[in-house]
Amino acid sequence: MLVNNRYHRQMLFDPIGETGQKRLQESHVVIVGVGALGSSSAEMLARAGVGTLTLIDRDYVEETNLQRQQLFSEEDVRMQTPKVIAAKKRLQEINHLTNIHAEVIDAGVDELEVIVPQANLVIDATDNFDTRLIINDICQKHHKPWIYGACVASYGVTFTVLPEETPCLQCLMDHIPSDGATCDTVGIISPAVQMVVSHQVTEVLKILTENLDALSGKLIAFDLWKNQQMELKVASLKDETCPSCSKKQYPHLAYQAQLKTAVLCGRNTVQIRTSAEKIIHFDEMKKHLERNQHIKLFSNPYLLSFEIDKYRVVVFRDGRTLIHGTKNVQEAKKVYYQYVG
Amino acid sequence: MEIIVNGDPLEVSEGITNIEELIQELRLEKKSLIVEHNQTILKKEKHKETAISEGDRLEIVHFVGGG
Repeated sequence: MLVNNRYHRQMLFDPIGETGQKRLQESHVVIVGVGALGSSSAEMLARAGVGTLTLIDRDYVEETNLQRQQLFSEEDVRMQTPKVIAAKKRLQEINHLTNIHAEVIDAGVDELEVIVPQANLVIDATDNFDTRLIINDICQKHHKPWIYGACVASYGVTFTVLPEETPCLQCLMDHIPSDGATCDTVGIISPAVQMVVSHQVTEVLKILTENLDALSGKLIAFDLWKNQQMELKVASLKDETCPSCSKKQYPHLAYQAQLKTAVLCGRNTVQIRTSAEKIIHFDEMKKHLERNQHIKLFSNPYLLSFEIDKYRVVVFRDGRTLIHGTKNVQEAKKVYYQYVG
Repeated sequence: MEIIVNGDPLEVSEGITNIEELIQELRLEKKSLIVEHNQTILKKEKHKETAISEGDRLEIVHFVGGG
């Protein structure tokens, strides 16, 4: 009875209907990142009856997540449960029919090359541009749609990338900004997360139920606090010379383009080097870091150094970063994306 | 001069004559962004040569990385 009726209201919605519901049940969605955006997407898709979800995240649950990451509980914080494990447990309570693959891994090129071809599409719920540009290239290579989504403070932005049709993220972005404006420096309010996810999941439902004419085709952004809503028709920005979607060179899948890490022997330190394409905006980064009162900041013309929790982070002008206080590469990357961006 | 940016009126000084100067004035020059000027999407190389005048409507969307 429960099984027969649970999707009834969604099937009453004409563009989905019985056929659309069946398509959802046969679908496989990959969600990269299970923080705020990923938790919300995963819950909506599990409730909607998507057959298989693959959740990817390298992190565990912390207290500061609870304000907006809806699948997690205080118990998960106490147990330091990996996010995808905590998410899977909660999602199975919500819908036992959903098949959930929980991957406690860093979403790099090698990992996504295996996972993405098995799925219908990818939802971007990451916290950094390095991973997004890898998703962008992998999805072009394997002809999978992906839905960019990101938010910070009360602002959010989203765009659906369809291979061979729309511009890709590489076409739209003239450079990769790194100015330290992250959820851990300038903050985030939960409604901004939910608004991005509302757009992302609606686009996912349209694709999976084969209602492609209903897709927005627009770059959508909003600032909930400033009461602003922007929609740009960006089709004209599809770049015929784009190395990702036009030339099919997939530059972000190359070894040189990836974030490089090295554990510095005997120093309890991890060094992180980014691709040359990334521009470090030193002064903005300093300004954003100063806003977080838990951060002790020091700078000179050559480097910026700050202490947060048990870590000391040193960012050089060329973007090279040292994370002191850990030998663990995953832990260092997490700190890097939280505070450097 | 009054223009409309993201739906809201904005008073800009007469010294601001083109899109590039406006972006600097709004302190958005470090962002990766896309500008629509009177319903036309502008490539970045057009920012400097595109003049702004009274009543223009601009939409400015910048990319962020959080999530």
